[in-house]
Order: sequence, then structure tokens, then C-alpha cells
Amino acid sequence: MNIYACIKQVPDTEASILIKDGKSIQEATIKWIVSPYDEYAIEEALKLKEKIPGSTVTAVCLGPERVQNALRTALAMGADKAVHIESNSYLDDQNTARALAAVIKADTTFGVIFTGKQAIDNDSYQLHILLAENLAIPVATNVTAFAVEGQKVEVQREIDEGAKEMIQMSIPCVVAAAKGLNTPRYASMMGIMKAKKTEIKKITLSEIGISETQNKVQLLKLSAPAEKPQGRIIPGEPADAVRELVRLLREEAKVL
Amino acid sequence: MANIGLYIELKEEIFKKSNRELLSLARKSGQSVHAVIFCADLQPYLPELRGIQTVIQVKGADLTYQPDRYAQTLADIIAEFKLAVFCGIFSAQGKDLFPRLTAKAKASLVNDCLRVDINNRRAVKPVYSGKLLAEYQNNDEIAMFTIRPNVIAVEESPAVNPPEVKSFQISANAVKTNIVRIVKSPAKKIDLNEAEIIVSGGRAMKNRENFAILEELAAVLKAGVGASRAAVDAEYASSDMQVGQTGKVVNPKLYIACGISGAIQHFVGMKTSKIIVAINKDPEAPIFKKADYGIVGDLFTIVPLLKAEINKIL
Repeated sequence: MNIYACIKQVPDTEASILIKDGKSIQEATIKWIVSPYDEYAIEEALKLKEKIPGSTVTAVCLGPERVQNALRTALAMGADKAVHIESNSYLDDQNTARALAAVIKADTTFGVIFTGKQAIDNDSYQLHILLAENLAIPVATNVTAFAVEGQKVEVQREIDEGAKEMIQMSIPCVVAAAKGLNTPRYASMMGIMKAKKTEIKKITLSEIGISETQNKVQLLKLSAPAEKPQGRIIPGEPADAVRELVRLLREEAKVL
Repeated sequence: MANIGLYIELKEEIFKKSNRELLSLARKSGQSVHAVIFCADLQPYLPELRGIQTVIQVKGADLTYQPDRYAQTLADIIAEFKLAVFCGIFSAQGKDLFPRLTAKAKASLVNDCLRVDINNRRAVKPVYSGKLLAEYQNNDEIAMFTIRPNVIAVEESPAVNPPEVKSFQISANAVKTNIVRIVKSPAKKIDLNEAEIIVSGGRAMKNRENFAILEELAAVLKAGVGASRAAVDAEYASSDMQVGQTGKVVNPKLYIACGISGAIQHFVGMKTSKIIVAINKDPEAPIFKKADYGIVGDLFTIVPLLKAEINKIL
């Protein structure tokens, strides 16, 4: 099966994010990682490949030159091929989905496409579904268990407070990974060596007929949220401190 | 006047309280508001749906949530009633349904909005896990927005003439993404996304059994029980309870963090809480820098005292 993992490169979860010229962020000091949910996607793609002999995993990533590092990570974990869609400016979700779909559609025998349920930069929570709709195939979001049976997959999707939907789809389909799906593997030394040598296929947006001028959703500005003032520690013996806390919650904060 | 549509979400026939936020937002726009609701019997919900122009009741033999059918039905309604803006709740169902609807209705969507200016089609949402806010302009022919629960001030449903009620038949579209069954959680829990109060525990809970003291405090407060990633990874709590970067983003009016050190990955999941209370043995724990009120002490002493004290006043 030709399996795909669509991934995104994002700032490390610990990174402080500073704004540059109102619409973008200062990138110089940022350590970049594969978005955590996309790591689950890569892992599940590799597990499926191991289950079906003769399968390949292709990692696809859209972004500027630096995202090749994210693709190298996927290759080092065990992906066979990598495609870099070069984009140097903000692309809205519709256009990003179209770009990814264009790459995958070029392969007429694509199977399961894995991706994370959200990328932790824009947190837009929709790319995976728009991708599936572009390809006219089914999609399940927030997936915590995945099984394949012939030409069908069955997944488990977490909904409210521990309840789960059991979903059946036929292949091809898109599966958007959530925490709990698996534990992503570390790249082996051999994998890292192999990743360095693997050629990354590069595609430009103009080759697939997409430009940022087609964006329907425009980013107007970024701003920093208001910081909370430093709170206060309530002193005293436990019983006194608790009594004072309840009084403050009731009379000052008015939340009880 | 533009036509604004709202997707009213029911959960097992119960009117989700975030619908009131949607309705309050839409009424303020001064536009013609159409609320769409999938239900066999509209009567129980009508008192909530006053002060708008139209209620579109979707009927059919089988109204169980199937994303393909729901999305197609809503896309058909948007076309028939010429809705220019369509809003819903950023809930588990909203996250699944709205992007599908976006594609079918040839619209564009901004998810997880904290503020929406319906008339100018602008919205502010958190990005980079809430470290920044982004303002977007949705210029598509049809603009869609989902709204994070607990961000919009709710106004009472006004006592005016009831809206006009129209019926619509649910789509009989083929189901490609087929929900074959729902496995319910064995314990009845409060939805953390909508909870007004959350009591959360970290690694200092020491084991699963000790979460009982948080549950007892939560029961008094009618609160949900959450956990830090450390507590979930140590299997003291189930993964659906996790608040933070790889868990839920919650927005209660009161968040009580017990034995949670306050790593950035946890903080981004609860930072918009109106009031944060921290209880921790370690006076240097970073959570105290982010909390409105803190008590330095052993949670196993403080939490039962807190429960007893709150019991006196509630």
C-alpha cells in the first residue's frame, strides 16, 4: 500500500513566541520540531507499512526550506520517501489542503493518509478534513485506535469525556491522529544515516497552480494575550488559609 | 440584512449550554438569524430559541449523528436559505462537522474563536497553543466560525414573539465515514470543555485511588476533574482527563490545580480560566506565578479542608 504521512514543522512546545512586524513570528531563536500529533501519524503509517508487505511510506510537508528537517526526521524514523512542497508565505487551510491533495492525487494508488488532528502552531483543526474532502475520501478525526481489515479500516475516535465513536471507512481514507494512538519510535542510527542520503522531492506551489493570492482567510494581525498579574499566596495555618481562600473566591473573585 | 445561520448542538437530546453563547452572539449582530436543530420534537428547545427570526427543524427517521449526512444537510440548508455566515460550537462534534461542512458548502472556516465580529466577518483565535492571538478576516462567499465554550457573555432568551419554524428533511446521502457505534465512558463525567469549575490533579496525587479526594471536592462544586500530563502518563488518570498541550484546552471560571507544578504545556491548556487556584507543597512551583490565589501546603491536607469549607457555604 502507498501510505502517506502529512506532517508540519512547528516551534518546540517550550519555545517563547515573539511577534515580528505584527503578522509573523521571530524565527531566529526557535527550535523547530515535527508537530507532536504528526509524530503519532508517522508512527501509525510505519506500523501499517510493517503489517502490509511491499508498502511504502511517503512523508509530505509544506513550508519553507527549513521544513526539510522535519522530513528528515520522518525518513530517519523509517519513511521511504519525502516530498517538500515549497511555500514561503502564509497559506490558508483550503489552499494548504489543495496543495497536499495535488501531491497525493499524482499517485493514483494512494492508500491510507495519516496526519495529526491539529498542528500546534495555527491550531486550525481542519486541514485533515479539508484534505479528505479534496480527495473525495472518508476521514476520521481525533483517532486513538486504528485497525485495518482488507480494504476497510476501523478506528476509534475520542469524543466527550471518555466516550468513543467506533468508525468504519473504506480505503483510501484520511486518519487524523490524537494522543493515545501509539508511542512514536526514536530514529535509529541507521535510520538517521539513511535519511541523510535520501533525496527529498521538491515541488513548488506554482507547479501545482496554487498561490497565496487565492487565500480566502487572511491573517490580519498577531498579538500577545494580556498577561495575568502575579497572584497572591495566602499565608497562615492550613485551616485559616483555606477559609481565607474560600472568602476570596466568593467575595473578591465571585466565582463561588 | 444578511442571513446568519447557527448550528444548535444537542447532546443526547440535551441542549448544550454553549448554544446560549452562540445565540447571544448572533442576536447582537442585528441580522436575520436562522438556528438549525436536528430533533424530532422541537417543543423543549423553543424557550431557548426566542429573539431570532427562524428555526429550521431537521427531521428524519434516523437523526443519529453521521458526519456525512449532517454536513450535507447543513450545506443544503445554507444554499436554500442563503446563509452568508454560519457559526457553531468548537466541541468534539463541531470539530468533526464544521470542516466537512466547509468543504461541502464551499465556505471557509475559522475554528476555536474567542471573539467573532459577525458583521465584519472577523475573528480572534488562539494560536501557538494560546501563546499568541491571531485575528483573521474570512473573505469567502460563506464564512464559518466555531466558538470556544465559555467565552461569550450569555444573555437571557428574550420574551418576544417566537421565531418562525420551518422543517427540513435530513439528507439521505451515502455514509462514507460510518459511525457504527458509540462506546460510553463507564463513569458519568462532566464535560471539561464546558465545565464552569475544574479540579485538577498532578503527579503529587501519587496514585489513582487518591483522585477520589479531588472527585469529592468536585462533587461539592459540581466541577469536572482534570489531570496534568504527568498524572496521565503515570496512569493515575485517564487520557480524556488530560488538560494541556496534548490534551484538552479548557476555559472554566475556576480552575483548582492540586499538586501540579505548572509546566508551560499544562498552562497553555488552562490559562484562559477566569480564576486559577494553586495548591502545592513546593513554594517555588511555577504554577504559583500563574495562579490568582495560591496555598503552599500538602494537598492531602488542604483539599479535604477546602471541601469542608465550601460545603458550609454552598
